Amino acid sequence: MSTDSSALPVLTAKDFASDQEIRWCPRCGDYSILAQMKKVLPKLGIPKEDFVFVSGIGCSSRFPYYMETYGFHSIHGRAPALATGVKVSRPELSVWVITGDGDALSIGGNHLMHAIRRNIDLKIILFNNQIYGLTKGQYSPTSPLGSRTKSTPMGSVDNPLAPLCVAIGSEATFVARAIDVDIKGLVSTLERAAAHKGTAFVEVYQDCNVFNPGAFSYATDKKVKADNLIYLEHGKPLIFGDGSKGIRLNEMKPEIVTLGKGITEDDLLFHDEKAEEPSLAFLLSRMRYPEFPEPVGVFRDVEKPVYDAQVNSQVDSAIQEKGEGDLEALFNSGDTWTVE
Amino acid sequence: MAATDAASTDTPEQKPLEEVETVVVRFCGDSGDGMQLAGTQLTNVSAVFGNDVVTLPDFPAEIRAPAGTLSGVSGFQISFSSADIFTPGDQVDTLVAMNPAALKTNLPDLKRGGTLIVNEDAFEKSNLQKAHYDHNPLDNEDELAGYRVHRVPMTRLTRDAVDELDLSLKIADRCKNFFALGLVFWLYDRDAKPTEEWIQTKFGKNPAIVQANLKALAAGSNYGYSTESFTVHYRVPPAKLAPGRYRKITGNEATAFGLVTAAKLCGKKLFYAGYPITPASDILHELSKLKNFGVRTCQVEDEIAAMTAIVGAAYSGELAVTASSGPGICLKAEAMGLGVMTELPMVIVDVQRGGPSTGLPTKTEQSDLLLAMYGRNGDCPLPIVAARGPADCFKMAQEAFRLATSYMTPVILLTDGYIANGAEPWRIPAIAELNPIEVNHPHANGANGSGESDFLPYARDAKLARPWAIPGTPGLQHRVGGLEKSDGTGNVDYSPTNHEHMVMTRQQKVAGIADDIPEQSVEGPEEGDLLVLSWGGTYGSNRTAVRECLRQGKSVAHAHLQYLNPMPRNLGEVISRYKKVLIPELNTGQLRLLIRSYFLVDAVGYNKVQGKPFLVSELVAKFDEILAK
Repeated sequence: MSTDSSALPVLTAKDFASDQEIRWCPRCGDYSILAQMKKVLPKLGIPKEDFVFVSGIGCSSRFPYYMETYGFHSIHGRAPALATGVKVSRPELSVWVITGDGDALSIGGNHLMHAIRRNIDLKIILFNNQIYGLTKGQYSPTSPLGSRTKSTPMGSVDNPLAPLCVAIGSEATFVARAIDVDIKGLVSTLERAAAHKGTAFVEVYQDCNVFNPGAFSYATDKKVKADNLIYLEHGKPLIFGDGSKGIRLNEMKPEIVTLGKGITEDDLLFHDEKAEEPSLAFLLSRMRYPEFPEPVGVFRDVEKPVYDAQVNSQVDSAIQEKGEGDLEALFNSGDTWTVE
Repeated sequence: MAATDAASTDTPEQKPLEEVETVVVRFCGDSGDGMQLAGTQLTNVSAVFGNDVVTLPDFPAEIRAPAGTLSGVSGFQISFSSADIFTPGDQVDTLVAMNPAALKTNLPDLKRGGTLIVNEDAFEKSNLQKAHYDHNPLDNEDELAGYRVHRVPMTRLTRDAVDELDLSLKIADRCKNFFALGLVFWLYDRDAKPTEEWIQTKFGKNPAIVQANLKALAAGSNYGYSTESFTVHYRVPPAKLAPGRYRKITGNEATAFGLVTAAKLCGKKLFYAGYPITPASDILHELSKLKNFGVRTCQVEDEIAAMTAIVGAAYSGELAVTASSGPGICLKAEAMGLGVMTELPMVIVDVQRGGPSTGLPTKTEQSDLLLAMYGRNGDCPLPIVAARGPADCFKMAQEAFRLATSYMTPVILLTDGYIANGAEPWRIPAIAELNPIEVNHPHANGANGSGESDFLPYARDAKLARPWAIPGTPGLQHRVGGLEKSDGTGNVDYSPTNHEHMVMTRQQKVAGIADDIPEQSVEGPEEGDLLVLSWGGTYGSNRTAVRECLRQGKSVAHAHLQYLNPMPRNLGEVISRYKKVLIPELNTGQLRLLIRSYFLVDAVGYNKVQGKPFLVSELVAKFDEILAK
């Protein structure tokens, strides 16, 4: 074996599996996300000791235990804040936040919003199953209005949040959506997130087959999903279904149109993930089933200054300007006097 | 004009200069009157001159309460002395009151026969009304009969002094704090030079303001020199402090210096996350200036984020710290528990203020001791240390980090609003005098990081501390979290015996620190009638009160606790040598509760919760009362 540290050992998905028994329910959507993550990481050219997975509380937040990397299973809602401490301290590490809809949007809404607006270099993967699974079936901040759950026997009266709307409203520089069982889409989305400098926010539709089974069947069922999803591609028109339907902008509103009869691709909305102005991305994030097909893929990918890099570069410039801190000089700054 | 001109035209006789040992001065006025600034400058010149100084800033929670009202009064008290002093003084020798509201709220603290300097110009109808006076107290001879009253038309004289600078009246009137300061400088024979230099530096960009403030300062001084109102002035010789180089320091500055020093001593960078809160924000401000020491400061979205971020930074191998006050510490509780569970080193500074809830944001109290001890879910012990005065914050901040890193645990450092904002001379230590802080991290494991790792993240050393393995180290990948850990492997483990073992281990680890801290010392007789047991920021007043009793030959001793958890191992034995134990606290008896339960001793309390420090006189009276029983 080479001792040259620059020659990285070739890693495989297996190298990222920890020795811990996985304790999610059988057929939980989390299994697929874990499997795709283990596929993506070896491709990044980063030694596995340089990954840190930070999670909050919830089923998804068990994730770090199953990864043979550094990991921190923190407390409910606080993963982005804990990860901020990690990333600012050690900007050279690849820091991932694993969270869920309750963790990120309910108890941890504040931290999520602030991590995103700072554009700290974290990869935030939100497993959205529209239910509280670990506490056995209460409605979550993403559960649809009227959801009948253990805590809402007569139907929920809370308006749900759309995670991507929150992220875009918080000035996110990278926003994407993927689906647990869409292996190809999930892998490519995770790869894109990993490549982004700054906060990458990814919502993954994840099936909780125990407490909210089939919540996303419209997006996973082979028979209907083509009509209910739009695969976003930068610079391409928004076309879905069998290729005959598209999304057109009518003033500020999206509408579904059928191609032909005087409507061509050029009339459709073209996806621009690099647009500085987030309004179109926001519009896409508000397109919800069943009124609209739901976009998946990368909604937004723009560059902005990165928080952890800036905090550390202020330190570097202070050292450059004032010289490395000297305690003796610090203590003796200001008015001093001597007692003989 | 008369007063200032008089100085240049007449040559008044040299006024007598009397020597005194200790003087207490208080400036008070509207919160916009610059009283904190005047007090700070008097502190500075007195310290530079070589006096011992102790200060007590006292300001309202409102930044600018309506001008002239009772709620808007801001005060700054300073005691300076040729002796070693430990308190800002019980009673005021010279009170400077800038308006009726300030007079009304502060007069009760002026010593009978003390000097009262008032800005006569401010005693007009509307200000009198705002202060709820139905008459002008300056015109009522009986009301101020017990004091030496100097009615000084400060507003007019300040305007006259800056007349030639063509400033607006608003700007001119802002200089009157320097007039008042100049007058006090004359009264106590202070050398104005450090203040003059400070004015030059502070307002250098605006020459007119520099001139105005210098002229106001000189006019105030000349007023004292030339008017017949003042017949005598005073000199306070330098104090006989231990030889060395000194500077003035506040508790929050000293805390910030101590934290940076700890980082430097163990070759690490400091990571600070915080959320602004009175009276702790100055620690964030100070540290933000020290980026060239490698300090990373993050002002984050809330107290919870601040605490959680330092847990993350600690996991990453940094020296991590946050500071707050009671309401913020409550919010941090859950993440502090995470720090205890994951056994990572970090420091939480609690600058205590009056509670509960929002309480008294700008006033002092010692009522977070039990919060620090028990304010978390589960059996969740962590070490607690407390600073005893402003300069001592420097030492205790380092001590907090020493314990945190050698025992792998969060540590709470308790200070309070009084010592955080108060200032005193600090003998600048030589770097060689500082106690080293040693930190070790386990090295890479497995060949090139790819071999099978036998690393045990919860293996323990003789102190029961676990290894501090940091991300980026090949072969030491491990997972931590808030779920109960299996000792050794650190894997999640809910088994009954393991949980009990881990609870006991965390408890024993903290308890074991008692072998690593100084034994409790006592000032006064080794045994006797009364032991005064105090902690934290009440050191100065208790020490002064006990010394007074000792001078009178009373059988009183003083033990001051700086280690609250664990307590020094000989404390029980110390307590047992006295017939009675009195625990004075600025709370309803929190240390007393602990001492009574630990040592089954009938300790009595002396408790004050007025947002103010103890007066020496009230402590002495209490000691006497107990001794007489």
